[in-house]
Amino acid sequence: MAYTEQEILTGLAEIVNEETGLPTDSVELEKSFTDDLDIDSLSMMTIVTQAEDKFGVTIPDDEVKNLVTVGDAVRFITGAQA
Amino acid sequence: MTIQLNQIQPVAGTRILGVGGFRGEQVVDNEAIIGPIQSSDEWIRQRTGIATRRRANPETSILDMAVAAAGESLEAAGLTADDIDVVLVSTVTYFEQTPSLAARLADAIGATPAAAFDVSAACAGYCYGIGQADALVRSGQARNVLVVGVERMSDFIDPTDRSISFLLGDGAGAAVVGASDTPGIGPTVWGSDGSMAGHISQTTPWLELRQDQGEGVPARIAADTWPTLRQEGPSVFKWVISSIPEVARRAVAAAGLELADIDVFIPHQANMRIIDQLVKMLDLREDVVVGRDIADTGNTSAASIPLATERLLREGQARSGQVALQIGFGAGLAYAAQVVVLP
Ligand SMILES: CC(C)(COP(=O)(O)OP(=O)(O)OC[C@H]1O[C@@H](n2cnc3c(N)ncnc32)[C@H](O)[C@@H]1OP(=O)(O)O)[C@@H](O)C(=O)NCCC(=O)NCCS
Repeated sequence: MAYTEQEILTGLAEIVNEETGLPTDSVELEKSFTDDLDIDSLSMMTIVTQAEDKFGVTIPDDEVKNLVTVGDAVRFITGAQA
Repeated sequence: MTIQLNQIQPVAGTRILGVGGFRGEQVVDNEAIIGPIQSSDEWIRQRTGIATRRRANPETSILDMAVAAAGESLEAAGLTADDIDVVLVSTVTYFEQTPSLAARLADAIGATPAAAFDVSAACAGYCYGIGQADALVRSGQARNVLVVGVERMSDFIDPTDRSISFLLGDGAGAAVVGASDTPGIGPTVWGSDGSMAGHISQTTPWLELRQDQGEGVPARIAADTWPTLRQEGPSVFKWVISSIPEVARRAVAAAGLELADIDVFIPHQANMRIIDQLVKMLDLREDVVVGRDIADTGNTSAASIPLATERLLREGQARSGQVALQIGFGAGLAYAAQVVVLP
């Protein structure tokens, strides 16, 4: 069963919290991973890997640079679900 | 009549009898290398945990480095070169196609006529070597095997490359593997995935350089065409954290242990961020001792695990008899892990 966008946002916020210690409610759709959440590219790769596991999707390495905001990631994961 | 050949009788167990190391003589700090890559001390420390890397003096050859580490490991094992039946060198920075560095090393330390060969498995090379040494001794094919991981990475670096040059250091690490009544080397869990070969590779294959010259006259290789190493760092990072923890768990299970039995964790010294992430993902014991030699030595590829081991033992952070999980990963992409009892 596919995850809803809300479920993906919640799950992603937990992953970000686990990786960076940021509170889950700071992970909002319009936030930029780099500029707002101060997540560097290596932390981003960790988050992507965990998200792949959690939501059962594949996020190609080349795609990661396009995931600028949390919303980009939520939309990509939503679309990548079979 | 069916012909039956003699086969060697296997021996029961093996262990690492001693380790040794050699680090490049020069301590190169971040300030010294950031110019050509427009980087900063802060960036390198934050992304990699590296404060200095060790680089060899110009006159110190890769053979000199291997000899130094080998000598130390023999001494630690309480053996002499005569006791060695096989010399196995893991390296990707010996720039002679043939003969092998292992043959030269065997001669230099007086281990002739030991069998000698090189292995190309980059940062997984030391664990590949220990796996083979274990098999050779246990099968009865060799009494003792000298395994040396040695890299003179500075010969393979483009100082203007931002992808990997700043991580790399020069060093040699050695281990002697021999028979033991109590088994001290667990099964090796190893593999490779050549579909990702391009993630860490040489800029130009040798043959292409030759074909470039035309007229069948190989020109001298100019500095700007000399092949050097490149990587796709973020992709390598992702591959490591998504696949290596499982390899580590399998190696521990194969040895008949639980992760909680691991006293010392010695991963390839690729990047401190990778080491921290692996420690976190493996949920190792709170008091586990972790090899973090990368901070001052840099990434020395095949030499990094034995160097980290040698240092933990020398500084008393780890001690003989403790159970260590060692895991190498890198260009290939290739990986290998095993649990060992520290010498
Ligand atoms: C090499 C590595 C440190 C690069 O770090 P990274 O954060 O992944 O770097 P990226 O390529 O994603 O670049 C991120 C930013 O840093 C900058 N950058 C890249 N290399 C840089 C360098 N050497 N110095 C300063 N800045 C650098 C980039 O320009 C980019 O800036 P931007 O966001 O403004 O565009 C890292 O990927 C790594 O160590 N990976 C593991 C690979 C490994 O250990 N390999 C060993 C194999 S055995």
